[in-house]
Amino acid sequence: MSLVYAGVCSHAPGITGRANLVENTALRDEFYEHLEAMRTDIADAGAEALVVIAAEHFANFFMNNMPAYCIGMSDKYYGPIEDPQWLGIEKRDIPGNADLSRRLTIEVMNTIDVAYAEEWKFDHGIMVPLNFLTPNYDMPIVPVNINCQGPPLTPLPRAWKFGEALRRACDSVDEKIALVATGGISHWPATPDSGKINEPWDRDFLDRLMRHDKAALLDYDDVQTYADAGQGGFEIRTFIAAAAAAGVPGTLQFYTAELPIFAVGCTVAKFDL
Amino acid sequence: MSLYQLQKFLYELNRDSGVQRRYQADLEELLEEYDLSDEEAGALRDGDVGLLYVLGVNGQILMHYAAFLGIEWFDYLQMMRTGIEKHGAVRDGIYAMTGGGESFTAEETNR
Ligand SMILES: [Fe+2]
Repeated sequence: MSLVYAGVCSHAPGITGRANLVENTALRDEFYEHLEAMRTDIADAGAEALVVIAAEHFANFFMNNMPAYCIGMSDKYYGPIEDPQWLGIEKRDIPGNADLSRRLTIEVMNTIDVAYAEEWKFDHGIMVPLNFLTPNYDMPIVPVNINCQGPPLTPLPRAWKFGEALRRACDSVDEKIALVATGGISHWPATPDSGKINEPWDRDFLDRLMRHDKAALLDYDDVQTYADAGQGGFEIRTFIAAAAAAGVPGTLQFYTAELPIFAVGCTVAKFDL
Repeated sequence: MSLYQLQKFLYELNRDSGVQRRYQADLEELLEEYDLSDEEAGALRDGDVGLLYVLGVNGQILMHYAAFLGIEWFDYLQMMRTGIEKHGAVRDGIYAMTGGGESFTAEETNR
């Protein structure tokens, strides 16, 4: 077994970019402390590489050629694409491991027709988590994307199967792998409704996720999700894939809907591997 | 009608420093490479975030573009609301406004 850590955390540009606008700084700092705890958990698990299951926002993939699933396969990535002052994260190179990515991709391909990419520019979806989880950029990253932005989107049962395939891939390599999925649950980001969060919906989803209730997790349809959880709710795909990869229940370490300036409910959770 | 082309312009601008240099050097020449309506090209010439939002540009693409233009966060939110007041509801895409234009962020309301 070489998956040594699996968890989920929120991403949103405001988490770093609007840190100085937050009124409830105590709650903000509590969120940051839980992200820092995730960093130490990953380090303590002895992870040698970090797989990030992300839901990017048109940094690499567009409707001209949109993969449902993609794995990065490079020794070096670059990010953020956004204005660094706006995001609060400087532009830089990020280490990868092309050889590891290739082995993971080959194994995933046995069951999922995953795309691969030998270049990849990270947006806030990956850069914000990395800012907390690998602040020294000293761990190779394997970026993984699930299209949650440009419909038609992959069905949830497929996201589950993709997560299971990733797990088999992680278990097939010698390296110790940590896996973190980043997303939002309900949110209406980058619209005038930014900051709107359906907290009961989020808590119900997280309950299903932490119980590892596969049937309940796959029992959403996108029309209803859009109505209840906004277009941001489509990103539950990344969390669902992580649950499938973990294969076990988890522990919710932090959740708040009370930092709307970040435009997302702020979540940190780990699976009890 | 050519929302795909409009979003492609912004997608390439957002992610590519070479395209950003061309944008600064000669916007008209860059615009010619995309099959845009007059309204769309005009919105890009003016950096009219409100109109681009109403035209249906995906919020993530629009947000990154607004950051590129140096627009502050709360101003960005307000520009979208103003766009709706001026041009009506969002015409396409999945980033329509769901509320009545109110703010969901205490920090914005308290400004
Ligand atoms: Fe996102």
